[in-house]
Amino acid sequence: MSRIGVVTFPGSLDDHDALRAVRLSGAEPVSLWHASDSLGGVDAVILPGGFSYGDYLRCGAIARFAPIMDEVVRAANAGMPVLGICNGFQVLCESHLLPGAMIRNESRRFVCRQQRLRVETTDTVWTCDFTVGQQITLVLKNGEGNYQASPETLRKLEANNQVVFRYLDNPNGSRNDIAGITNERGNVVGLMPHPEHSVEALTSQTRDGLTFFTSVQHFLSLTV
Amino acid sequence: MPKPEILDPQGKAVTGSLQRLGYQGLTVRQGKRFEITVDGELTDERIAQIQDAAEKLLANTVIESFDVRVEES
Repeated sequence: MSRIGVVTFPGSLDDHDALRAVRLSGAEPVSLWHASDSLGGVDAVILPGGFSYGDYLRCGAIARFAPIMDEVVRAANAGMPVLGICNGFQVLCESHLLPGAMIRNESRRFVCRQQRLRVETTDTVWTCDFTVGQQITLVLKNGEGNYQASPETLRKLEANNQVVFRYLDNPNGSRNDIAGITNERGNVVGLMPHPEHSVEALTSQTRDGLTFFTSVQHFLSLTV
Repeated sequence: MPKPEILDPQGKAVTGSLQRLGYQGLTVRQGKRFEITVDGELTDERIAQIQDAAEKLLANTVIESFDVRVEES
């Protein structure tokens, strides 16, 4: 059985939802602590949503220097699947595992809704069980989800097929309607919407989020 | 400071509020200021260190620019 770790930072909110989603998808959830310097032998890592360090300085800027992040960066560069959700996506950008940055929503409002997305690539370890062009709905909730990158970075992301999800009705002003991206290797994915909430009827209209967790298990079963 | 090409929603909100108060023709962009006190003497090496810290942690150079200024206390 795949062991999937979820890192808890001070101020993480959705770590337990992520652990629960891992369990519901049939993998073994493992709690990881920000101050630890060990990933506990997990097969994949999730950086969850929330407000690590109260969003002080910039979202994710302080969490990026937590002791466990050295290990996450090392493992990610060695090919381990890493998923950053919302604040976790911001941490991945601050860590330079993914390009770009998030700023405040264009509307200056916190957005909380069921968000429609289009799957743009299945060439990542977290989206391999989707189909290209598939329309899915995930929970979205953030105040600073407005994805920005230099024109050159955007060109590279588009040319390399690294845009993983696009908003169907852009809720926050993100460049190129980008909701999620991946690194060149396809093992690190970050997105603002919350797949871990969209795993059962209790918390979401859809169960589209489950496919993230089954995709990575599918990938891991082929590599072992 | 947010780079010129980056939208600044906070600055935009403040600009709108100033207009409503009757201050016309003012456009605001909002940034951050960090006051750093140095133990001992301020050497070129120290300034270079602060420059490095700003680059690494205080600013995100994807969306922000920064400069370091020295003030006597």
